[in-house]
Amino acid sequence: MLKTLKRVFSYARPYIAYFVLTLVFAGAGISLSLAVPVFIGQAVDCCVSPGNVDFHRLGRIVLTLGTMVLASTLFQWLMSLSTNRLAFMTVRDLRADVFAKLERVPLRYIDSHTKGELTSRVINDIEIVSDGLLQGFTQFFSGIITIIGTLIFMMTINVKIALAVVILTPLSFVVASRITKASHDSYMKQSKLRGDMVSFAEEMAGNQKLVKAFVYGDRAMEGFSKINADYGKIGAKATFFSSMTNPSTRFVNGLIYAVVGLMGALGAVGRSSFIGVMSVGKLSSFLAYSNQYTKPFNEISGVFAELQNAVASAGRVFDVLDEEEIPDDSDKEKLTDANGQLSFKNVKFSYSPKFPLIENFSLDVAPGQRIAIVGPTGCGKSTMINLLLRFYDIQSGQIIVSGKPHTDYTRDSLRSSFGMVLQETWIFTGTVAENIAYGVPEASREQVIAAAKAVHAHGFIKRLPKGYDTQISEDCGLSQGQKQLICIARIMLMDPPMLILDEATSSIDLRTEHRIQRAFTKLMEGKTSFIIAHRLSTIKNSDVILVMNKGSIIEQGSHRQLMEKGGFYAQLYNSQFAS
Amino acid sequence: MKDLLKFLKNYKKELVFGPFFKLLEAIFELMVPMVMAKIIDKGIANGDTGYILRMSGLIVVLGVCGLGFALTCQFLAARCAYGFGTELREALYRHINSLSYESIDRIGTSSLVNRLTNDTNTVQNGVNMFIRLAVRAPFLIIGAAVMAVTIDWKLSGVMFIAAPLISAVIFFIMRRTVPMYKRTQQLLDRASTLTRENLEGTRVIRAFSRQQEEIDEFGQAVDDIAESSSAVGRISAILNPVAFMVMDLGIVAILWFGGARIDSGSLTQGQLTAFTNYMTQILLALVVLANLIVIFTKALASANRVSEIFALPSEENGSLVPESSTREIEFRGVSFAYEGAGDTSVKELSFSVKKGEMLGFIGGTGSGKSTAASLIPCFYKATQGQVLVRDTDVLDWNKEELRRIVGSVPQKAVLFTGTVRDNIRWQKADASDEEIISALKTAQAWEFVSAFPEGLDRHIAQGGRNLSGGQRQRLAIARALVGKPEILILDDSTSALDYATDLALRKALKTDLPDTTVVMISQRTTSLKDADLIVVLEDGETAGKGTHQELLESCQVYREIYQSQMNEREGSENA
Repeated sequence: MLKTLKRVFSYARPYIAYFVLTLVFAGAGISLSLAVPVFIGQAVDCCVSPGNVDFHRLGRIVLTLGTMVLASTLFQWLMSLSTNRLAFMTVRDLRADVFAKLERVPLRYIDSHTKGELTSRVINDIEIVSDGLLQGFTQFFSGIITIIGTLIFMMTINVKIALAVVILTPLSFVVASRITKASHDSYMKQSKLRGDMVSFAEEMAGNQKLVKAFVYGDRAMEGFSKINADYGKIGAKATFFSSMTNPSTRFVNGLIYAVVGLMGALGAVGRSSFIGVMSVGKLSSFLAYSNQYTKPFNEISGVFAELQNAVASAGRVFDVLDEEEIPDDSDKEKLTDANGQLSFKNVKFSYSPKFPLIENFSLDVAPGQRIAIVGPTGCGKSTMINLLLRFYDIQSGQIIVSGKPHTDYTRDSLRSSFGMVLQETWIFTGTVAENIAYGVPEASREQVIAAAKAVHAHGFIKRLPKGYDTQISEDCGLSQGQKQLICIARIMLMDPPMLILDEATSSIDLRTEHRIQRAFTKLMEGKTSFIIAHRLSTIKNSDVILVMNKGSIIEQGSHRQLMEKGGFYAQLYNSQFAS
Repeated sequence: MKDLLKFLKNYKKELVFGPFFKLLEAIFELMVPMVMAKIIDKGIANGDTGYILRMSGLIVVLGVCGLGFALTCQFLAARCAYGFGTELREALYRHINSLSYESIDRIGTSSLVNRLTNDTNTVQNGVNMFIRLAVRAPFLIIGAAVMAVTIDWKLSGVMFIAAPLISAVIFFIMRRTVPMYKRTQQLLDRASTLTRENLEGTRVIRAFSRQQEEIDEFGQAVDDIAESSSAVGRISAILNPVAFMVMDLGIVAILWFGGARIDSGSLTQGQLTAFTNYMTQILLALVVLANLIVIFTKALASANRVSEIFALPSEENGSLVPESSTREIEFRGVSFAYEGAGDTSVKELSFSVKKGEMLGFIGGTGSGKSTAASLIPCFYKATQGQVLVRDTDVLDWNKEELRRIVGSVPQKAVLFTGTVRDNIRWQKADASDEEIISALKTAQAWEFVSAFPEGLDRHIAQGGRNLSGGQRQRLAIARALVGKPEILILDDSTSALDYATDLALRKALKTDLPDTTVVMISQRTTSLKDADLIVVLEDGETAGKGTHQELLESCQVYREIYQSQMNEREGSENA
C-alpha cells in the first residue's frame, strides 16, 4: 500500500509548488482560526459582572477578532484552490499516461481484456484516486495541522489540562481504526458485488432487445434479483459500519469536553494546586478548543476509510502502466516505396501454445500479384493480417518484405505500406470527411469526395443532413454497408502499395459490390493484394488462391489449376451453385 | 420523483424512528452547554466542587446515551436506505424488461444501464443521508437558536441576521455550481467515449500509425476536464470558509453586545459562554446542511432520471394465442418508419406465406429487409397496414407467446457469458441436451462444439470473444433453432459462413425443420433460390415478388443481382 501511495505522489511531484502553498495557506488560515478561541476567552474575561465590563479592552479584542476571521477565511479559500489544482493536474497527467500506454501495449493485452474494464480504469478508477487520495490527502494534512495547532494553543492556556486531552486523544484513533477494520471486509464484498451487478446489467440491459426477442426477461429478472438482494444486505452492513465513526468520535469528543470542564472548573475554583489557576474566560476558550478538537479526527478517520478504496483503484491503474510496451523501434530502417514483394518462409504461429494454428507456412508473392485466401471459418485467415501487420509476432520462420525480414523495419513504416479493410467497421466520432481522411489528414475536400465517389459512397453521403460534415459514430444509424463504404473510401484515399482486404464487401449487396469491385480493380492494379473472402465470385481474378484449413495451406494455385485438381477447393466452389 | 417514494412503504418504521433517535441525540447534545453554564455559574461561583463533579458526570452520561441513540439511528438508516435501494432497483429492472423496442431506442441501452446502476445508488445515498442528517442538522440549528433565545432573546438578534446571510451565500453558490458540475460530467463522458473507441479500433489506429494523434486528442480532453473541475472548485471552495466567517463575525458581535448585556446585569458570564457554544453548534450544523444540499441535488437529479424510465409505457400486450392456420405470415399494405426518421423504411408491403414455406427478402443495403422482418415478432409496430401471424394481427397476440414461437437470428451474433448450453437455452429454458445437440447439428455447429474438451459446458466469455465470427454465428443460429420454432427469421445470418456451410445449413433446415416457416434475409440469390416467395426490396419499396424463376423473367433488379453472380461463374469457366 505504501508503494502505491508513493507512486501516486510521484505524479504529484511536478505540482509540489501547489502542495507547499497548500501547507502555507493551511498553516496561516488554521493558526488564525485557532487563535480565535483565545481571544474569545479574553473577551469573556472582560465581562466579569454587571457594571464591571472593560469595554475599552473588549473593543480592541473584538476588532482584532474581526480582522483575524476575515484573514483566516481568505487563507482557507486559497488553500482549497491550491489543493484542487494539485489534485486535478495530477489526475490529468495520470489519465493521459494511462491512455498513451494503451496505445503502446501489444495487441495481445487489449484483446485479452474487455473494453469496459480498461475504460473503467482510465475513467472511474482515476476519479476514485482523485477524490480519495488527493483530496483526502490534503484533508489529512490540514487535519494534522489543526490538531497540533490546537494542542499548542491549549498548552499555552494550561499545560496540565492539555496533557489530559493528549492522553485521551488516542482513544479517538483506536475507535476509528477498529471501525475501519470491521468495515473493510464488508466494503470489499460490496465492491465486488457492485462490479457483478454492473456486469450483469451491462450484458442484459445492454442487449435488451435480444432479451425481449428470446423472452428471457423472467430469467434475467431472477439472476438480477439474487445479485440485487445480496448487494442490499452487504451494502447496509458496510454503510452501517462506516457510519459509526462520526457518532463514536463525537462521543470521545464529549468525554474530552467533560474532562476539560471538570478540570478547568476545579482550577477556576482554586481547589486544585495540581491544575493551577484558571479563569472562566480561559475555561471557555478551552471548551471552545475541545469543541473543535475532534472535528479533524473525524475527517482523518474518514480519509483512512476512503484511502483503502482509493489505493485499490490506484493499484489497478498502475497495473496497466506496468504492462510491457512494444519496444520503440524508431532506430530501425523505414520501409518506403515497398515494391510489393513478399515472402513467407516456414512461418509458425499460434495465439496460445495449446492450440497450434499456422505451422510451417511458405509462400512467395511477386509484386502486383493478387492472393486470395479461402477456407472454412476459423482456419487462420484473420491471423494472416495480424502477422503481416505485426499486430502479433511469429514464433519462428520469417516474413520477407521488399527483400528484408519484416522485423528489420519500423512497425509504423511497415503498416503504412499496407491498406487494410477489416471485417468489422470502425467509425469514430467525427465528421464523415474526417473519417475518410483518417489515413491522410492533410487531404483536401476534393480528394475526399473523389475517394467517396470511387467507392459509390458519395450518393448516400450527400443525402445525409450535413453531407460530408455530418457527425457520425459507430452507433449512429448508418447501415453496416454504408459504414464499410466509408472504410473503403479511407483506403482509396490512402493509395498504399499493398492491400489487405478482409471480408470487406460481404455486407454490401452484390450489385453495389460489383461497382466497387471495378474501382477496387483499378486500385489493385500493380499492387500486391491479399483478399480474404467467402465469396468465390470475389476471388475469380486472383493469381494465386491459398486454400486454408485448420491452420495450414492445403492447396494453392490459380482457379483453373485448382478446379482441374478436383480437390477441396473444387468442392467448395461447386457447392456455391449446387442446390 | 414522488413516484419513487412508494418504495419507502416497507420502511415506515425506520423512516420515523431513525430521525427520532437522531433527535434524541441532538437534544442531549444541546443540553450539554446548559450544563456547562451551570457548572460555571453555580459550581465555580460557589466553589462547590461536589456540584462540579456531579455535573461533569452528567455530561458524560448524556454523551453515552447520545452515542446509543446515534448508533441506533445509523443502523435504521442503513437498513432503510438499502432496503429502499434494493426494491427500487428490482422494480426498475422489471420495468425495463417490459419496455418496447421504441422506448429502448429512445433512451439507449447504455443510458438504461447507467440509470439502473449509478442513478439508483445516488438516490439510495440520498435517502441514507436524509435519515441521518436531514433531521439532525435543522433540528440542531432550530434547537440551538431556541436555547439561545431562552437565554437572552435580545442578544439572539445577532443570530437571526447571521443565519439568512449564510443561507443566501449557500444558495448563490449552488446556483452557480450545479450547471458547472453537469459540464464536468459531460467532459468525463467524452473521455470515456474516446477511450472506448480507441480500444475498439486499436488495429485501425495502429495500421494507420495514428497513435500520437489519438494521444494528443485525449490530452486535450483531459485538459478540458481539469479546467472545468478547477472552475467548479473555485466557486464551491468559497462555501465553507464564508459560512464560517459569517458565524465567527456573529460571535464577535455577540461578544460585543454580550459585554453590554453583562454590564447591565441581564446576562451572566456562564450564559455568555453557553451562547457562544450554541453559535458554534449552529455554525457546524449549517455547514453540514450545505453539504447535504449538494448530495440532495445530485440525488434529485438521479431520481428524475429514474422516474423518466418508470414513466415510459410498458409494451402493450395482446392476449391471443391463435392456433396454426394456413396463412402463417401476412403483410397487408404495411408501412413503417422509425421514430424520428425522415423517411419510411418500408412502404406498403403486401404478401403472404403458408406454414412451412420459405420467404426470402433480398435487396441493397438499407432497403428495409431487416426492418420488415422485425415487424413479424412485433418488435416494432407498423405505422400503417397490418402484420398478421396465423390470421391474427400481431398487435392482438400475447407478445411473449408470439416471440416464443419465433426464433430469430439477428445480423450481429451476440452471445452471453456462460456455457454453450446456457446460451442455447436462451430460447428454451428447459431444453434437454438431446434437443440442444440436435439444434447444434442442424446449425452446422456440432462439429466444433463436440471438439471442445468440455463440450456443451465450454465457457463463453462476454460477447463470445473466445470464438471466431463463424462459430459465433452458428451458435446464434443453433440458439434460435432449439425447440423447433414455428417461424425462423435469419437476418443475413450466414454472412460469416462459407458457401459449403451455408448450403449444408439450408439443407439441414429443410430436413430437420420441415414445418418451420423460414424467413431468410440474404444478399445471395443462391441462398434464396429455393424460396417459395422472394420479395425484392429497394429503398423500402417492393421491386418484385415471386419465385426465383418468376423474378428472373419479370424483375429487372433481381435479374441484375442474379446475373452479376452468374457472370462471374461463366467468366471464370471461360478463363
